[in-house]
Amino acid sequence: MPLLHVQDLVLSFSGLKVIQGLNFSVAQGSIASLIGPNGAGKTSVFNCLTGFYRPDSGSIRFAERSILRKKPHTITRQGMARTFQNLRLFKSMTVEENVMSGLHCRTHAGALAAIFQTPGQRREEARVHRISQECLDFVGILDKKDWVAANLPYGDQRRVEWARALATKPKLLLLDEPAAGLNHNEKIELIELIRRIRDELDITILLIEHDMGLVMKVSENITVIDYGQKIAEGSADQIQNDPKVIEAYLGREDDEEA
Amino acid sequence: MSKQSQTPKAAPAPSRSMLLDWLAIQRNRITILMILAGMAMVLPLVANNYVLEILTNAWFYVVLCLGLNIVVGYAGLLDLGYAAFFAVGAYTTGILTSEFGVNFWLTIPVAVVASMITGVIIGGPTLRLRSDYLAIVTLGFGEIVRICARNLEITGGASGLIGIERPSLFGLHLNQINHFYYVFLALAILACFISYRLQHSRLGRAWQYVREDEDAAEAMGIGRVAIKLYAYVIGAIFGGVAGCFFAAKMTAISPETFMFQQSVLILVGVVLGGMGKIPGVVIGAFALVLFPEVFRGIGSMRMLVFAVVMLVIILYRPEGIWPARRT
Repeated sequence: MPLLHVQDLVLSFSGLKVIQGLNFSVAQGSIASLIGPNGAGKTSVFNCLTGFYRPDSGSIRFAERSILRKKPHTITRQGMARTFQNLRLFKSMTVEENVMSGLHCRTHAGALAAIFQTPGQRREEARVHRISQECLDFVGILDKKDWVAANLPYGDQRRVEWARALATKPKLLLLDEPAAGLNHNEKIELIELIRRIRDELDITILLIEHDMGLVMKVSENITVIDYGQKIAEGSADQIQNDPKVIEAYLGREDDEEA
Repeated sequence: MSKQSQTPKAAPAPSRSMLLDWLAIQRNRITILMILAGMAMVLPLVANNYVLEILTNAWFYVVLCLGLNIVVGYAGLLDLGYAAFFAVGAYTTGILTSEFGVNFWLTIPVAVVASMITGVIIGGPTLRLRSDYLAIVTLGFGEIVRICARNLEITGGASGLIGIERPSLFGLHLNQINHFYYVFLALAILACFISYRLQHSRLGRAWQYVREDEDAAEAMGIGRVAIKLYAYVIGAIFGGVAGCFFAAKMTAISPETFMFQQSVLILVGVVLGGMGKIPGVVIGAFALVLFPEVFRGIGSMRMLVFAVVMLVIILYRPEGIWPARRT
């Protein structure tokens, strides 16, 4: 049984079909990618998975439970975390506070516990700090934990997003264009980080990415979509030689002649 | 503010001197607080009744403003009907003591529950709305509560309730202004303490996440509606409890106390001092009460001057009087 299983997913915005009957699945413990030309509906798929969009029909099963039409925070609580294509950090807060947000759904202290600072609440706060710092250490920016997020260089802001997503203790991590805006070295570090997340933390990864070099290097399974439908699936080698994929990206030969 | 946020803060090396500096700052802060509290405590010995009356009123507004600050400052929800919660508390105490002869202290838990329920009733369906719609709905709600109070029999109609019993505390009948001064001072200190603890907790952080970016907060597993409702209900409790003591002090309440202007005034206190900053809100509440009194000499012009001062502050210091400081 795959960790994530999407079947016949349909999404439309006022009659315009963005996703038309998409089927794909992500195996437990794999690094999978979702690729496709601009406007193919990749981010829309992510938004359906994470509850930001409400699909018209179809089924989404995650860890053997349906998460269709659940609220985003419920889905995160069930173990699916995401990052955003355009960074969505809490800009005026510190790096550590940003990462602490991921632990909200794994902690419980309420108003009374906070007012009286019960022993349980203090232990919980200590645990929140400890895990946040572990996550920051994992992505390599623990030394910047007290910086205001907005003041960090772009590459480090990306790392804060990853740390924040890791802090939610996900089973599946969705990365929406994680390499966007990164330089060559940072991309190499990203590939290593993605592998470490899977190997050391045992988190399954699904990513959307435009950088084909990165996708081909890191993914074990690739799903290609175009016009909201799956057109190919397989390993990097299979995808690179698939005529349908080449057609989707480069156009048909007779198109160009016409 | 922009200047402060531009200087990136270097990660502090855990050096010994910095730790000592930090301790010194903390000690200074506590000393200042102690001195201020001491001054507030001894004031009734030297001040006349007029001054005490004004200051009691100021402490009362501190509680209301801190309550609204949880909603507006922490959770970032614009609430234009906060006087409604204050009314719920005041009328709960008023009705229970004057009509049913219930002891004043027993009316407080009832008022807390009543404000919580009111908070859930108004917040539950409306907190899904984006902030500008919420402002309109809360405005309407504030008026509904006032108009209900005006027309119901149990609330005494337009003339309101009179003869609300004054409470006793450890055998002391609270009937003088210096008694109430201490009662409201204690309430204000309690309100500061609770605000501080909440602000620096899991809940306080969650409010800030939702205020900064609702979608990102949702993606991190924070249910925005529940978190906003939490803020709304806690704010309602502050207002409700302040209302109980208000009713006991005044011994008479009428619907005209809870007009829209009252809600706006409380909101002005919060914005003036600096949303989300406890010392700022306290200063805002004091400014609200003291300003019209200090300028009583200029008669009817004083509200005009007050308005001009407000405009100047909002134009030149939109973050409020109290400086923003990031740690």
